[in-house]
Amino acid sequence: MFKRLKDLKKTILESQVWRSMFRHDYADTPRNRTLQIMSNVWMHLHPPKVRRHAIRIRFTWCMGGITFLLFLVLTVTGVVLMFYYRPVAEYAYADMKYLQFDVPFGMLVRNMHRWAAHGMVLTVWLHMFRVFMTGSYKSPREFNWVIGVILLTLTLLLSFTGYLLPWDQLSIWAVTVGTNMARATPLLGHEGPFAHLAGVTPRYDARAFLLGGTIVGPPTLLRFYVLHCIFLPILASLLMIVHFWRIRKDGGISGPL
Amino acid sequence: MAEAPGRAAVAEKAKAAPKPKIKPIEDKVHCWPYLVRSEFVCSIILMALLMVWSLGIDAPMEEPANPTNTPNPSKAPWYFLGLQEMLVYFDPWMAGVVLPTLIIVGLMVIPFIDINPKGNGYYTFQERKFAVTTFLFGFLVLWVSLIVTGVFLRGPGWNLFWPWEVWDPHKVVALTNVDLPYWGPFKLLGNPKILDVELLGLTLVILYLIVLPVAFWFRKSKTSPILQELGPLRYGIVAFLLLTMLGLPIKMFLRIAFNIKYIWVTPWFNV
Repeated sequence: MFKRLKDLKKTILESQVWRSMFRHDYADTPRNRTLQIMSNVWMHLHPPKVRRHAIRIRFTWCMGGITFLLFLVLTVTGVVLMFYYRPVAEYAYADMKYLQFDVPFGMLVRNMHRWAAHGMVLTVWLHMFRVFMTGSYKSPREFNWVIGVILLTLTLLLSFTGYLLPWDQLSIWAVTVGTNMARATPLLGHEGPFAHLAGVTPRYDARAFLLGGTIVGPPTLLRFYVLHCIFLPILASLLMIVHFWRIRKDGGISGPL
Repeated sequence: MAEAPGRAAVAEKAKAAPKPKIKPIEDKVHCWPYLVRSEFVCSIILMALLMVWSLGIDAPMEEPANPTNTPNPSKAPWYFLGLQEMLVYFDPWMAGVVLPTLIIVGLMVIPFIDINPKGNGYYTFQERKFAVTTFLFGFLVLWVSLIVTGVFLRGPGWNLFWPWEVWDPHKVVALTNVDLPYWGPFKLLGNPKILDVELLGLTLVILYLIVLPVAFWFRKSKTSPILQELGPLRYGIVAFLLLTMLGLPIKMFLRIAFNIKYIWVTPWFNV
């Protein structure tokens, strides 16, 4: 019996199908440790080896990785929510209630999306704080810091555009307060300095462009939905690719020179 | 990771022997398993935390959106409350547009103006006192504390309430703010203007943003190796960003201590 099982294992491991998927066995050898990373598309974000101090939690606080994990959580829960939510003023609030009371685990998915979003804002700040405190933005990593600042801004914008979508009192007034600033943009906002030079009016200025009107209304909801679900996540993903790639290309995680 | 036996003895030996000139091979470990396992454990803990948190605490949900019913106070999302709090001290074009832009741009230029090669890849305060102090001041004192104020201490009418006070929507706060030319000894100057631009404010702003850093440069650049290395362009950017950042606590102090609203009034904008 035991012999049979061993033969079966051998047959499976040496079959063409198995070997087409897995290029190496699991024995713990230095070669396999490297291949484990190198021959796996998800793992090869990592280099085969890192500096010893870089894996210490007290050096990195794991904040960059946690931020990335939260982004993935937000993508998955966000796509689930998209199945139930319509960005139309008449339906949006009702769909939120539907998620809360009728959809199985709907409230849990919404809660996870909401709290992960708040968490991501915090972890992005803490990641930046850690990178500053370890001086990791210094040469040769200057450019990656700049990418990081853009990603920080995108995180805030993603969170802010998502804030409007429940279409309740909390969301429209928070977004009203947040976007009111745009009317004071120098030159481009109708209440900003030098507005008359650019000839902007309340209907045609920076804020109206953002909102699709003079108040936070149905066009704003659709605009923010598209920004939140399509434009900003794609932009952030593209920059995250650059961000991660540059870590490797700039000599891996920082350390004493 | 078990330490190799006799490591201390080897270290003793290395100390005694003259140091070789070659760079030592970097101390590296395999990502599989040493890094990947930490990431795995970290992910599981985080997912468990998020799951428990989300099961226990529901995301906020209020009545349906109603454009005709403005809540008092209306607050932006918490991470923008630092900016909303700045609106108390600056006009919207400054607090809502110029300063946020400068924060983002200022963060981006940090690697190019901080040319101190020390402290790259390890924690240190001693080797980069100015950079760390400035960053901590901006992040903790200005950004985080203003958010805390905005979240917990601002009630109806954007008035200050202590956490144990009841939010009274009818609280009356006397508006006694005056502009700088009408305050204290400055009243004696009679607020001279050219083309409706107040000269007192103009002078003060020029003194603060231009004369002060330029004078400091000419006084110190001969003797300070740091300033020489920085060069005039980098120094100018550092001085401008630093003074702009300090403008916020200065205006907060003038408002809270002396009820001064604007330093400088012009027909187009006020500072």
